[in-house]
Amino acid sequence: MRDTAFGLESGPRVIVLRGRTLSVRFRLRTLIACAVFGAALVGLALVALGLGDLPLSVDEVVSAFFGGESGIARTVVVEWRLPRVLAAVIFGAALGVSGAIFQSLTRNPLASPDIIGLTAGSYAGGLVVIIVIGAGAGSATVAGGAILGGLIATALVYLLAYRRGIQGFRLIVVGIGISAMLEALSSYLVLRAKLEVAMMASVWGAGSLNPVGWAQLLPAAVVIAVVFLALGFLGGSLRQLELGDDAAKALGSRVERSRLGLIVCAVALTAVVTAAAGPIAFVALAAPQIALRLTRTAGIALVPSALLGALILLASDVVAQHVLPTVLPVGVVTVVVGGGYLIWLLVHEVRRRS
Amino acid sequence: MTPRSRLAARDLTVGYDRRVISRELSVEIPDGSFTVIVGPNACGKSTLLRALSRLLAPSAGRVVLDGRSIASYRAKDLARVLGLLPQTSLAPDGITVADLVGRGRHPHQGFMRQWSRADEDAVAAAMAATGIVELSGRRVDELSGGQRQRVWVAMVLAQQTSLVLLDEPTTFLDIAHQIDLMELFTDLNHQGTTLVAVLHDLNQAARYGTHLIAMKDGAVVAQGAPAEIVTAELVEEVFGLRCVVVPDPVTGTPSVTPIGRPRRDGRR
Repeated sequence: MRDTAFGLESGPRVIVLRGRTLSVRFRLRTLIACAVFGAALVGLALVALGLGDLPLSVDEVVSAFFGGESGIARTVVVEWRLPRVLAAVIFGAALGVSGAIFQSLTRNPLASPDIIGLTAGSYAGGLVVIIVIGAGAGSATVAGGAILGGLIATALVYLLAYRRGIQGFRLIVVGIGISAMLEALSSYLVLRAKLEVAMMASVWGAGSLNPVGWAQLLPAAVVIAVVFLALGFLGGSLRQLELGDDAAKALGSRVERSRLGLIVCAVALTAVVTAAAGPIAFVALAAPQIALRLTRTAGIALVPSALLGALILLASDVVAQHVLPTVLPVGVVTVVVGGGYLIWLLVHEVRRRS
Repeated sequence: MTPRSRLAARDLTVGYDRRVISRELSVEIPDGSFTVIVGPNACGKSTLLRALSRLLAPSAGRVVLDGRSIASYRAKDLARVLGLLPQTSLAPDGITVADLVGRGRHPHQGFMRQWSRADEDAVAAAMAATGIVELSGRRVDELSGGQRQRVWVAMVLAQQTSLVLLDEPTTFLDIAHQIDLMELFTDLNHQGTTLVAVLHDLNQAARYGTHLIAMKDGAVVAQGAPAEIVTAELVEEVFGLRCVVVPDPVTGTPSVTPIGRPRRDGRR
C-alpha cells in the first residue's frame, strides 16, 4: 500500500483512497455522520455501563475494563452489565440492517420486518416452541423456532403478494394481514398455556434485554457477524438493485440470486434477535429512515442504518431500565417511540401518494 | 456478402410465459453498425432486444456473442462487453448525476476495487460525451426528461462496452431532445461502438440508422441499408399504412409521409 493516494476529489464531498489492489470511495457527509453516530454510541455505552444499583462514573467504568478497579466493580461491569449493553448495540445494528434491506428492496419505507410479518412470524415460531415443546426462553430451540417461524411467514407473505414480481405496497398490505393472523395465533397459544409458561412467554413477547447474558448473546452475535460479513459482498448488489431489475442485470448483477440472498440475510438478522430478546418493534422501521435523512445518501445505506439502530436500541434500553419510575421491557419503549414515528410516516406516505 | 458480426441470434424462439412472440428468428448485427429495429407495436422488436441482452432467456435457439452462447457468460463478463439502456430504469431518490453515472462502473468493480482511477476516467469521459459535465452535482430527480435520459445514456457509456443496446431511447422526449440524442448516438457509432436501437420513428430510423431490421408478427420482414429497403411497399406491408416515400430534404435518406384516408369534405 505504498502508493496510497489520499485526496479530495470532485470537490470536498468525496474521499478516495487508492492503493495498488485496493480502492475505496466515501462520501464525506456519510463518513462524518457515521463517526458521530459511532462516538455517540461509545459514549452512551460507557454511561449505560455505569448505571444501576452500583452507580459508577465513566472513569470507573473505563478502569474496570483495564483492571484498575476492585473486583466487585469489574464483576458488575464486565459480567453483568456488558452483555446487556453489547446486546443492545449488536441487536440494534442487526435490526437496523434488516429493515434497511427490506426497505431498499421494496423501495418503501413502510416495508420493515415489523410490518411485513417477519417479526410476528418469529414470535409465533418461538411461542410454539416455548409452549408446545416446553423449552426455556432464550434457548437454542426457541431460537430455531423463531428463525423457522420468520422464514415461513416471510415466504408466505412473499408468495401471496407475488404477481409478476414483487411490488412494495402489495407486500405491505399482505404483510399486515399475515401479521394480524399470526398475532391472533400467538394470543391463542398464550391463553392456552399454563400460568408460569404464559408468564415467561409474555415477558419474552414484550421484547426485553433482561434475560440476555453472555450465554444468549454469544451465539446470536456469531450469527449476526456471519450475516454482516455476507452483506459485505451482497451490499453492492443492493445498490445496483435500486436501479430496477433490467438495469441491474445489464450492469452484471445476478438479480434473482442477489435478492434471495439479501432476503435470507434480512430474515436471519431479525429472527436471531427475536429469538434472543423477543420481538423488539420499530427499530428496523425507524433506523434506516432516520439514517437516510441524516446522511442524505442516495438510497438506503447499510452502515449508517446499523449504527443508528444500535443507538436507538441502546438509548431505549437505558430509558426502559433507568429513566422511568418502573423498569419496563425495552420493547415497550421502542413501541411508544416507534408508534409515533409510524403514524407520522403513514400520514407522510398517504400525502405523497395523493 | 454478409458483414462480420459479433452479436447474432440463431433460430431464436422467445416469448413471455407460454405466449410465443417469435419463432426461429435469426438476425445478425453487423459490426460497427447503428442497427435500428422497427415495426408496429407488439411485433416483437423489444422482445428481440431483451433476448439479445440476455434479459429474456429464449425457449429455443441461442444468442451468440463473439462465437460463444450468451448464456454461458458470467454476468459481469457479459456486462463488460454488452451494455443496455433499458426502457424503464429507476433512479434512487436523491441520487446525484455523478453518482448515478458511476453505477455504470459496477461490472468493472469488486470487493477490493471499488473506485479505481479507471472508474473515475470512464465516468468523466461519459459525462463529457453526453454533455452533462456541468450537471454532475445535481440531483437526478430535479432534471428535465431530456437531461435525465442523457444521464442514463452516460451511465451505459461509463460501462465502456463495445456493443450497446438501446430500448426505445427517445420515447417520451420532445422532438428537439430526440434529435439531440440520435446525433449523440451517431457520434458514438462513428467512434466505433456498435449500436442496436428499437425506435418508433421510421424517419429517424432511416436517417440515423446504418442498418435497418423491419419486423412484423415476430418475424423479420426485411433488413439492410435504409436507402435500399425503405419503400412504400415495405411500409404498407409492415405497418399497414399507405404512404409515399420521398428523399429527406436535408439528408436524402428515405422519408415516409402517410397518405391517410381522404377527409370527409374530399380535400386533403
